[in-house]
Amino acid sequence: MLEIKNLHASIEGKEILKGINFKVNAGEVHAIMGPNGSGKSTLAQVLAGRKEYEVTKGEVVFEGKNLLELSPEDRAREGIFLAFQYPVEIPGVSNTNLLKTALNEIRRYRGLEQLDAMEFLTHLKKKTKLVEMDQALLSRAVNDGFSGGEKKRNEILQMAVLEPKLSILDETDSGLDIDALRIVANGVNKLKSHERATVVVTHYQRLLNYIVPDFVHVLYNGKIVKSGGKELAFELEEKGYDWLKEQKELV
Amino acid sequence: MVERAEGTRITMNQNSDIKTWYIKNFETFENNLNGESTKPIHQIRREAISNFSKLNFPTNHDEEWRFTSISPILKFNFELGERVDLKTSQIKKYLFKEIKGNILVFVNGYFSPSLSIIKKYSDGIKVGSISEEIKNNSSIINQHLGKYANYREQIFTALSTAFTIDGAFIYIPDNKIIEEPVQVLFITSSFGKKIISQPRNLYVAGKNSQATIIERYVSLDEGVYFSNVVTEIIAGENSKFEHIKLQEESSSSFHISRTEVDQERASNFTSYSISFGGEIARHDINSRFNDEGGECSLNGLYLIRGNQLYDTHSLIDHAKPFCNSHENYKGILDDNSRGVFNGKVIVRRNAQKTNAFQENKNIILSSGALVNTKPQLEIFADDVKCSHGATIGQLNEDSMFYLKSRGIGEEKAKAILIHAFASDVVKTINVEEVKKYLEEILEKRFNK
Repeated sequence: MLEIKNLHASIEGKEILKGINFKVNAGEVHAIMGPNGSGKSTLAQVLAGRKEYEVTKGEVVFEGKNLLELSPEDRAREGIFLAFQYPVEIPGVSNTNLLKTALNEIRRYRGLEQLDAMEFLTHLKKKTKLVEMDQALLSRAVNDGFSGGEKKRNEILQMAVLEPKLSILDETDSGLDIDALRIVANGVNKLKSHERATVVVTHYQRLLNYIVPDFVHVLYNGKIVKSGGKELAFELEEKGYDWLKEQKELV
Repeated sequence: MVERAEGTRITMNQNSDIKTWYIKNFETFENNLNGESTKPIHQIRREAISNFSKLNFPTNHDEEWRFTSISPILKFNFELGERVDLKTSQIKKYLFKEIKGNILVFVNGYFSPSLSIIKKYSDGIKVGSISEEIKNNSSIINQHLGKYANYREQIFTALSTAFTIDGAFIYIPDNKIIEEPVQVLFITSSFGKKIISQPRNLYVAGKNSQATIIERYVSLDEGVYFSNVVTEIIAGENSKFEHIKLQEESSSSFHISRTEVDQERASNFTSYSISFGGEIARHDINSRFNDEGGECSLNGLYLIRGNQLYDTHSLIDHAKPFCNSHENYKGILDDNSRGVFNGKVIVRRNAQKTNAFQENKNIILSSGALVNTKPQLEIFADDVKCSHGATIGQLNEDSMFYLKSRGIGEEKAKAILIHAFASDVVKTINVEEVKKYLEEILEKRFNK
């Protein structure tokens, strides 16, 4: 589904990603872990198409298409979804309106019929239940005055409504209490399918107790320095990242 | 006339030539008045033209006109328009059809009885035209007209006062309410002639009265013309008065307008000044608290593009204690348009417990657009709460990216954010159909 080859990216002339390689197949859950500043969020943002990051080398192929040539909106329409680490507050735009516009834009791109208000609301209601979100938040402005947990849950709701092929969760677990974490993870798990894949970017192993990854990759200094199964996450939790840094320096 | 108005300066010649032109026009106007010249209003007209002849048109050297050059207006010898008969079908689209209240229609500045709908009231409420009131020698006109808008120092107000012909007249006696909003439509149909119309409105709201007025300025063709508007509003004790002004003139026209509000004890005045039209448009809106307990809310939205200029000068005079004012102006500027906002709040020495809040926010959609914004607080009392803020910026990049990452395209994302930016002005409008209309305009303008 997604193949990243030797990806280099920089911001304001500073290289952050220094040759990333990895592959995601449909049905898989990947976790990308790593210490702060290793480039995890940069990778997520580059995949979503943030233009502040300049891709200097490498390629990204998504479902046979050159992803790097697509605009952010077309990437989303192709089926990529990024749950933001810091969801943006947009006063004056209602949550429901954003979701309806987004879903219909995506449907138009795919040559599907537009959902009318009733059809959309039915769809939305189902998904709202899935992420155990308060209905009242739907009519409020996007993330405006939401608590940290509500914002993250709202990201998962958006994901649920838009039904992407590939979801990238950028530190969706940070700042969540255990109940919110469980709800968010539950939402992600319920959306899992053979056609869809998830990339979980996280600093902590904690989330991976709830969203069990098939693969774990450790990102350090702009490169994936180690990949393994879910047991790698436990190892990291136990030993921290320092042993990897040392290992890397030896190499 | 000497055509050398290129720069921002107005030459002496231009200033005096155009003044001479209007003074000459006044003589013609006066000669055609047929007996009205004995009325008290005519003494005011005469005083106004005499003031006009002594005053000069402002230049960029005048502090109040620093960023707004009016020299393009002085290039033209505008003349009084003619009475034109329009059909209802021609004006229908400018009326809000769900509003079943009074409709006052003025064409080229003259009242059109055939296009207007005036309800009959048995309780003393009067909705009609200034010309009719002048003809009937109305005591309300004699008592109020010209008492609030300063025609001694303001040259455009002097010009308007000298040529007082017509405009909307609304009088609500004590304890009366006009239930449905009154629609006042000023429509220009100039057939390529360069005309000036000078609507002169007077709204007098008595004690405990209530009314909403929707004033709309439009034109049938994209002509060059000049609307010089003066509106005087008296909000009586404990009255609730809402004034919605929609300025949608031709984009090659000029619109200079002054609204003067006189607020009595515990009166509640709300204004919406919505501006889309005009090559040069300026709105001076001044409200004065004459007694305690008043509320004043001034809201504005200007949406301009091309080479349009829109200038707001507001003044809220907290002359008495225990009054609240709230000012919220928003601008959306595209292409090479220019915005000016000057918001003055005076809190006088004895006006304790004043709350005054002011905000002017602008979004600039192109590198050629420009805004000059200046809050101006003059506070002489010590127990008050006053705040002001002004911002000029582009659409938030993070918000744009967020929307795009959800599959929403560039243009649509822009439209959503602009709509959201304008919405806190638009959504507070109580007249549902006006709100919907404005939302449609925002939608159409940006959602291509």
